[in-house]
Amino acid sequence: MTTHIGRDFVPPDVPGKVTGEIKYAEDYKREGMVFARLLTSPLPSGRVVNIDASAALRMDGVVGILTADDLAPIAPPGNPSLASEYVTYVGQPILAVAATSEEIAESAIDAIRIDFERRDFVVDPLESLKPGGSNAYPEGNVLVRTREEGPEGTPILNAEIKDIKWNQADIDAIRGGRNPEGGEFTTNWAFGDIDAGFAEAAAIIEEPFVTMGYAHHSLEARTSMAYWENGKVYFHGSSQSQSANNAGLARMLNIDLADLVFINEATGGGFGSKIGPYPIMAVAGNFSRVLNRPVQLRITREQEYYIGSARSGIQGWLKIGVRENGKVCAVDLAIVNDGGATGGGSGNSSAQHVTVCLQPEAMRYRGISVYTNTTPRGAQRGPGQNEIAAVLAPMTDKIAAKVDIDRVAFRRLNALRSDGFQGGSQGPVTSSFIAEALDQGAREFDWQAREASSRELGGSKKRGIGVGIGYHGAGGRGYDGLLRITPDGTLHIHTGVGNLGTYSYAGNCRVAAEVMKMPWENCEIHRGRTDRHLPHSSGQGGSNTIFTHSRTMWVAGQDLITKMKEIAAMDLGGEADDYEIADQRVFNSADPSQGLTYAQTAQRAIALGDKYDGSIYPDDINPITVLATQGVAGSGLVGVAKDNIPGQGQPPGNIVGFCEIELDTDTGKIEITDYTAVADCGTVVHPKNFENSMRGGMVWGVGLTNLERHVYDPQNGLPANTGLYQNKPPTNMDVPVDTVQQAVNIPDPQNPVGARGIGEPTQGAMAAALASAITDALEGHLFNTAPTTTDMIIDHLAGNDYSTKSLKTNTF
Amino acid sequence: MPSHDVMPNMELYQPVQVEDALEIADRLADRGWLVGGGQDTYGWLKDRAKDVDALIDLSAIESLRGIRETADGVEIGALTTLTEIINSDVLRNSYALLTDAAGVVASPQIRNIGTLGGNVSQDVRCWYYRRGLSCYRAGGNLCYADTPEGMNREHALFDASRCVAAGASDTSSALVALDASMVIENSSGERVVSAEDFFVGPANDIENTTILRPGDILTAVRIPSTWANASFYWEKVADRNVWDFSLVNIAAAFKLSGGNITDSRIVAGAVQTTPRRLTNVEIAVQGQPKNQETGESVMNMATDGARALAHNGFKVPLLQNLVKRAISA
Repeated sequence: MTTHIGRDFVPPDVPGKVTGEIKYAEDYKREGMVFARLLTSPLPSGRVVNIDASAALRMDGVVGILTADDLAPIAPPGNPSLASEYVTYVGQPILAVAATSEEIAESAIDAIRIDFERRDFVVDPLESLKPGGSNAYPEGNVLVRTREEGPEGTPILNAEIKDIKWNQADIDAIRGGRNPEGGEFTTNWAFGDIDAGFAEAAAIIEEPFVTMGYAHHSLEARTSMAYWENGKVYFHGSSQSQSANNAGLARMLNIDLADLVFINEATGGGFGSKIGPYPIMAVAGNFSRVLNRPVQLRITREQEYYIGSARSGIQGWLKIGVRENGKVCAVDLAIVNDGGATGGGSGNSSAQHVTVCLQPEAMRYRGISVYTNTTPRGAQRGPGQNEIAAVLAPMTDKIAAKVDIDRVAFRRLNALRSDGFQGGSQGPVTSSFIAEALDQGAREFDWQAREASSRELGGSKKRGIGVGIGYHGAGGRGYDGLLRITPDGTLHIHTGVGNLGTYSYAGNCRVAAEVMKMPWENCEIHRGRTDRHLPHSSGQGGSNTIFTHSRTMWVAGQDLITKMKEIAAMDLGGEADDYEIADQRVFNSADPSQGLTYAQTAQRAIALGDKYDGSIYPDDINPITVLATQGVAGSGLVGVAKDNIPGQGQPPGNIVGFCEIELDTDTGKIEITDYTAVADCGTVVHPKNFENSMRGGMVWGVGLTNLERHVYDPQNGLPANTGLYQNKPPTNMDVPVDTVQQAVNIPDPQNPVGARGIGEPTQGAMAAALASAITDALEGHLFNTAPTTTDMIIDHLAGNDYSTKSLKTNTF
Repeated sequence: MPSHDVMPNMELYQPVQVEDALEIADRLADRGWLVGGGQDTYGWLKDRAKDVDALIDLSAIESLRGIRETADGVEIGALTTLTEIINSDVLRNSYALLTDAAGVVASPQIRNIGTLGGNVSQDVRCWYYRRGLSCYRAGGNLCYADTPEGMNREHALFDASRCVAAGASDTSSALVALDASMVIENSSGERVVSAEDFFVGPANDIENTTILRPGDILTAVRIPSTWANASFYWEKVADRNVWDFSLVNIAAAFKLSGGNITDSRIVAGAVQTTPRRLTNVEIAVQGQPKNQETGESVMNMATDGARALAHNGFKVPLLQNLVKRAISA
């Protein structure tokens, strides 16, 4: 019986968000602070020939400008904070101006004259790949990683830019839905014999597809404020992560890790775009150093769309072969990613999603990520997985029909199980219960009855029933936990997990309370500022936090308990193993009257010093945790440990979504009448938070499949989507009011409390189920696009030569 | 690309009498900018895509607010908010076409602030134009949208003349269908023009969407009782169900006798710069039963003369379908 796990609670920052008292980076002011604004590129591609800021610098109130010359140089393919010579997308920051007011800074921006040399540009990756196509960078058009990529959201290192062109025949092939067999790809893997697989297949489908990139829409633009004081930099930033920012941010500011105080108590969304320290963070910190006064750099909403990054789009081709019994025997997948100005795509993650959903006997994946002169691309909720989920689901339905197998049964037959694999390396997973989620969801949704129902609703309305799978890797290993009990008996939970609004930081802290059998009201969470002594934690991305940091909380808790028992044995006699904990006491199991309160152990730890009060700490903890431990040493009983829990395999986050829609054939409009989702995420730690996550992801899944657009004008490289209303994320009027969200709730064997993450696939499940339902309502028509918007549906129904065939990753 | 979001420096006038506002507007002429709810204004000015010397804030002029029954219908002050229109029993009971249209403008927050005068006077939403590009409408000599590669999904099907921008106002279609009149004052006095004549297309004036000129103030909208309690049909199709502009909208008013249409006004929005009255359809349905068969028989007439651009061809069947629905309902 758990006390905290699986029970609702109110995370401590919620009241501040409700009342408006909580502070975001933009809310902080400092005496003498000046306001910086950015001057960004008007060109999609060009060279900065000359900057004349003399008129601006003469203006009253202007205190200085910062250019790339003031920052450490970043060689391509790095994404520089300020462009040094070449600009590669409209909206790329070139310089910052600081003034005593925002109004003066904005006026000063207008007074700066920049001479540019124009370069050819490209906004479509296939246009760049074709013979004679323009390159987004002088060095080339393709990002090639020279070493295995790091975690999602981390800066792209060990990569170079190459110039790759395809034959026109291969360009025509992928545009026309055929295999671009001769095209050069930069990521290639395969397992099994796909030729044999297709030869043995009872049914084969072969489909082209296009998914658009689109922006993150973080409501809090990435404003930052920095000042230097007594040799330390105090940096107020907007980030998904906390401790995971420190090393990179310190490097950007050229300071020692110990001299950085990163402050980020609340973040207004990130969705993958703020996982690690992002380039523009360098500006406020370095500008403050140059000017020797506090500097706030506020980012406009428009600029957030310029530099806030976007999901990578895909131009792809997929072939699937299935045996008569419904088992997928072969898959061939080719992906051209639109990498925007930063070049990174998520094609490998898309391929991984295919392996999870289909578990093919043989598969080939070929991928290439092409630079375009569009906004930087980065991780966005389920990057790779969620967008391909939206196009894979209708294809899965199509091939299931070819072998006359129910769509749910087909998925149940093929999807990842605990003994299955994920990705091209066919790596193991910690556990997987998609089949159980399908069974539970089908019962709750009454799949069989709905699937048998008429699709005709009278008049222009058609019913559509859909099912889909969302997946994302959901957990990491090897981070540190830091807990502390002070002589007043309080359990201090130090967490370096960020707070992008998901509250998983607080869910993890509940694990510490559970391990220590501590009432929640006697726990105090320390977070949000480096100087609150926060341990090394993972980036708050990749759906990983609940798996990763329930483990760090658990190991730190075990360290506390071990030390408590040792202290009790020292003072009261016997062996440490003779003791156990309960009711905020450590006591002898044979004689519970013999014991110490937690408060007493804390007092004794201070007296004992050494490892007990944190003066000595494990050798294997991260330097960030070392600093944090040194900061709390001597204040009580300290538990600090690295997560060395044995185990292997990736913990998957899986969701199955079931969707019913009414599609109006006159207007192309879709009304989602029902949505049921069942998550396979191990033990649910915080039910209310689980529900919120499922709902929030569901909303964005509607956007991915039906609404959101990313439009660039191919004539001048201008982005059309520089405001929320132009991007069209779903509103509360575009999604169902009542939805069902459940969990299989089977514990993961490699997590001490059984938990796995679930944040990202919440979107993919809805995206897939909705796409499946649209196709179902239209008698099996495949759009093979994400999004599938109102106009496409109308055009299809009217028999127009609609835009699928000309659809591109940034335009339609 | 400079990006701004603070208001530029400018003079601010806040008259409380319409006479004072008229005097200021006359004096400032094209150096001044009228603002009511500001939902169109502040985007232009904060983006610095439009540049003016002075703002004339009309919001304190009480005489420009309110909904008044008259001997021949109803008069709505130009500063009446869209929310006030939606909540008006008088309008809801007799002129539901307008309340239905007002009820789906933008979002509740915008409707709480946005005014009827502002909604009908708002500029087009062509994104090239709004980015401050020097297109025909902005005084330049080209159109970025009307090209094979232009991103013109939301643009016009009809009456393009150098500019292919579509109108963005939902209430305009309803007001033309209701045969409303617009009351315009300037320092020379008052004139009243029909809603149909109030809106102007690019062939007549490429830089303005209405006949309002510097010094003019739209003070009220009058709806005659002619079409009170007619059989109305309103529908807006947008990508999103709130906070979105029409892809196409339809506003229709029918007078019926024995189930047959004796008179009608059918107006489409977002298919050209101005509300498009579908007079050929109105004539065709005269005397016909108001039913699906009639709707299907005339729906294609609605798009006679349409010229689809590269990406807005879907508006052709969409408009046809909405006309069918209006007549079938």
